[in-house]
Amino acid sequence: MLTETGGVPLLVMRDLVIEASGAGRPQRIVDGIDLELHAGEVLGLIGESGAGKSTIGLAALGYVRPGCRFAGGTIHFNGQNLLDLPPQHRRALRGTRIAYVAQSATASFNPAHRLIDQAVETATRQAGMGRRQAEQEARELFARLALPDPDRIGERFPHELSGGQLQRVMIAMAMICRPDLIVFDEPTTALDVTTQVEILACVRDVVEAFGTAAIYITHDLAVVTQLAHRIVVLRHGRIVEEAPTRAMLAAPRETYTRSLWAVRKIRKAPEPDHGAALLELAGVGASYGSVPVLRDVSLTVGKGRTVALVGESGSGKSTLARVVAGLLPPTAGRVLLQGGGLPGRLRDRSRDELRRVQLIHQSPDAALNPHHSIRETIGRPLQLYNGLKGAARAARLYELMALVELKPELLDRLPNALSGGQKQRVCIARALAADPELLICDEVTSALDQVVQADILAMLQRLQKELGLSCLFITHDIATVRAIADEVVVMRHGAVVESGPRDTVLEAPSDAYTRLLLSCVPDVDPDWLTRLLQQRAIPGDMHDAL
Amino acid sequence: MHGVSAMIAQRIALGIATLFVISMLVFLAVDMLPGDPAEAILGQSATPASVAALRQELGLNKPLVVRYADWAAGMLRGDFGRSLANDRPISELVAPRLGATLSLAALAAAIALPLGVLLGILSTVHRDRALDRVASTASLLVISFPEFFTAYMLVACFSVGLGWLPAISLPNQGGFLETLTMLALPALTLSLAVIGYVLRMTRAAIMGVMGSPYVEMARLKGVGPFGVVVRHALPNALSPIINVVIINLAYLVVGVVVIEVVFVYPCLGQLLVDSVAKRDIPVVQACCMLFAGTYIGLNLLADILALLANPRLRRPRHREARA
Amino acid sequence: MTGIAALRTAPLSARIGLAIVATYLFCLLFAPLVAPYGETEIVGGPWAGGFWDPAAEGPATLLGTDHLGRDVLSRLIYGARNSIMLALLTTTLSFLTGTTLGLLAAVRGGLIDQALSRLVDLVMAFPTLIFALLVLAVAGSTLPVLIGVIALLDATRVFRIARAVAMDVAAQDFVEVARLRGEGTGWIMRREILPNIVVPLATEFGLRFCFVFLFIATLSFIGLGIQPPTADWGSMVRENAAAISFGILMPLFPAGAIALLTIGINLVIDWAAAGNHGLSDER
Repeated sequence: MLTETGGVPLLVMRDLVIEASGAGRPQRIVDGIDLELHAGEVLGLIGESGAGKSTIGLAALGYVRPGCRFAGGTIHFNGQNLLDLPPQHRRALRGTRIAYVAQSATASFNPAHRLIDQAVETATRQAGMGRRQAEQEARELFARLALPDPDRIGERFPHELSGGQLQRVMIAMAMICRPDLIVFDEPTTALDVTTQVEILACVRDVVEAFGTAAIYITHDLAVVTQLAHRIVVLRHGRIVEEAPTRAMLAAPRETYTRSLWAVRKIRKAPEPDHGAALLELAGVGASYGSVPVLRDVSLTVGKGRTVALVGESGSGKSTLARVVAGLLPPTAGRVLLQGGGLPGRLRDRSRDELRRVQLIHQSPDAALNPHHSIRETIGRPLQLYNGLKGAARAARLYELMALVELKPELLDRLPNALSGGQKQRVCIARALAADPELLICDEVTSALDQVVQADILAMLQRLQKELGLSCLFITHDIATVRAIADEVVVMRHGAVVESGPRDTVLEAPSDAYTRLLLSCVPDVDPDWLTRLLQQRAIPGDMHDAL
Repeated sequence: MHGVSAMIAQRIALGIATLFVISMLVFLAVDMLPGDPAEAILGQSATPASVAALRQELGLNKPLVVRYADWAAGMLRGDFGRSLANDRPISELVAPRLGATLSLAALAAAIALPLGVLLGILSTVHRDRALDRVASTASLLVISFPEFFTAYMLVACFSVGLGWLPAISLPNQGGFLETLTMLALPALTLSLAVIGYVLRMTRAAIMGVMGSPYVEMARLKGVGPFGVVVRHALPNALSPIINVVIINLAYLVVGVVVIEVVFVYPCLGQLLVDSVAKRDIPVVQACCMLFAGTYIGLNLLADILALLANPRLRRPRHREARA
Repeated sequence: MTGIAALRTAPLSARIGLAIVATYLFCLLFAPLVAPYGETEIVGGPWAGGFWDPAAEGPATLLGTDHLGRDVLSRLIYGARNSIMLALLTTTLSFLTGTTLGLLAAVRGGLIDQALSRLVDLVMAFPTLIFALLVLAVAGSTLPVLIGVIALLDATRVFRIARAVAMDVAAQDFVEVARLRGEGTGWIMRREILPNIVVPLATEFGLRFCFVFLFIATLSFIGLGIQPPTADWGSMVRENAAAISFGILMPLFPAGAIALLTIGINLVIDWAAAGNHGLSDER
């Protein structure tokens, strides 16, 4: 497919510089990028938050977000420099020759219009296609992308579809004018793994079928290897490494590239089971209003052990954490801590009961009060639970900072002066300040970059050993489960479908849903998706089993 | 569809309940006068006979509940009782003034509301350019002015300076053109403030959704600046815009008291102010109920229109179709 | 950014606004020093003198005299005290009430929130001016009644804003952490939420002040606010309103004084709100 235009690339970026004008001096968020993309080629852009990958993706449409500006370089599309074109000519290319698929389809569809109107908008208004022809085209694409009821689904409003369905409609919308280039900006990041597989299959299908060139942006190496011919690794707005996919996986040149799959390399040596239970849940049920969200959940967290609670969104795993923490009173069943019943409601729990169970949230940005210094943040539980003051409190603060591997100089900073990883360490220190017995970790690493995730997971392992903590670890990421868990509990639709020792559940799952879930977790292997789809094509498909 | 009609029915019920509670408050206001209401109204020099007569007139000898029921029932029939000041039926006092108030409000609304919304939309299309800056500064000025300042400025210009328009407005004198000339200055004064408010709020409402991902998506689909605002942002900003339009409509009916004082235009507001000064409580009560009823009715209308403008509420998600 | 650095980058409109507010504050603090004549001192005939009529008899007056022959400029300067201080007192009162109750409703939720919100809905279902007129009709127009009724009406608006911004903060995880730690309502209101809503509340204070200030001026103008002989801008317009038909512009001066102050405050608020907005966009 690389033959049509011969040697002339479709898209060429030369020394591209994009600046963000924040408060103070402008910051370079894209800093001298050189890129080439040929017709029909799929280029993977991978990098962590702040690497500038979305900005580069948008630049391929000659677009910058408000507050940013092109500060240098060129972007040639089909031989024309987009940056020299007058705005209306640049607009004329968008949607028709260069299309865009956004990260969150739920947020990117206009809630006020029907889907069909949005899908054909570019075709009818920009490309001069007739309304009926455009609608016909859209319906055919809906059918090709395996949307249910393709002839009438366009009559619905965005809020009437699921996230995965909307993402397919967005792909259809991007394809309708048969563009030369599509920019996919993390199209599966907001989706569950089982849905992600379907979208990946759709993307690969349409790109191959229409011979469209694509830029696929993601932070997940395993995802991009399924689609991209070539991968570019970005960091701080610069290119770290660029190579054909298989070559890069076989022999990454840069250590940074290797760190992109850091978490996958950690594997916890299972902790021996002492038999003593710290937390026991027996037949717990809970509901939001009249909607039941947990049904008959029983599980045990042994002393000094980590139980990973795994499931997709809506499985009730976070709700379970809220029940244990006392934020949502259970409607049925019992929660026992060291054999003693924990009151369901927060206000009925004694100060000591509050102290013994500590919750760490997913996003450290939201979990730290931006107006409290680190000293106040960590010092408050010391004062509240242990009555520590003055020198004793200061000494304990230094100990805690050392425990989470932070410099004591940070104590008098405000949270916004810290990096994401440092903030999460502060949250962990705050939880440890209470001398807890049970830590509830609610996706504590999923908002962080891979390298930082690996560091935090290693630190949690060490702390657990040193302090003999028990841990209920909620996550949707199987690599994290391998890195931290002794036992695994799999949840779906508010109930436990399978539980047991980590290796048993992950390597030899007995439940059909667990098998489906595990099969959908991508490997860093370019043939993974192909293999999976072949397996599924065999009768006795796992979807049918459910 | 029955979801949304249930919600509308609920809003209407809430509106009626509010009106009911407010009518009780307005009614009880009389009893909050210190001492005997009749004596308080008539003052120190009242003879016992006149106090007794007034007590009879006000029905103060009857129990409170009965008096409220009589008053409320009368109000529903259009019988507001009699004025204490001149003993005329209040409905006779009120009717012509209500008409005057409504015609002034209607004229001002016809000028100001469409103009305000239109200028607000244009400001967003041309945001941070000359038109937007001028509109933003001018609207800030007019909403900062007290209405009487705007009014006297206009009088100084058009009546005193140029002599084009009368400084005092008496309704129902002469034909349509004369009436329009009479109403020109008061309507213009009201319009200026309303245009300012509506423009700013419309702009703010649209700007509020301009940062959303679907607006960015529209730009990335190649939609031009006008289409982005009108087709993609505006439909999602309809609820707050409807709200501000209706609130300003309410202001035009209710808040015109000052204008009426400046232009000596005899309508409901001035009747209320005069009656407050004279402590003519039955008239105050009647005016308050008319204003409160209009206000609550318009707010109810805004609520219902906002409900209808939102497809999420119009079409609740029936089924959770999963991929 | 520190306050002074912020000032240096402030746009022209904000600087004009700040200059206007500063001038008013100066007059308010040093009225007896600035004013050429006394508050009630009669210096000439009615509606005489002024800069446009230098040949007029009697003592020199920049803005002429009012209907009783008092110096308009001096009355304007003394009036600043009454008009501004009264509005400031009322706004402060309404803010203390509205913010406290708004925070309480946001933090406690449940029945307290329901009860307070329904009460506020009820008061707000009544047009402000009409409510004020009803109360003044019943209780008479005295200063405490005036302050009380306006503060009550305004507190409902403050309650809505304070509750809304506090709700946003209360939904954050750090407030949940504080609840899980066992902190009381008072701590959560004061230490966790209040520091995070100071900026929007300060902006709102400016807006509410303008509203209260205009509202009192309006009541005074229709004769139901501050009563004579106290110098107050709204009453001054009312007392001299008749002059306008004779082509005398005197009523425009106090009305303009009111307009200028609200413009000044609005310019400052626009700048503060825009700066604030910009910061939140960056996150």
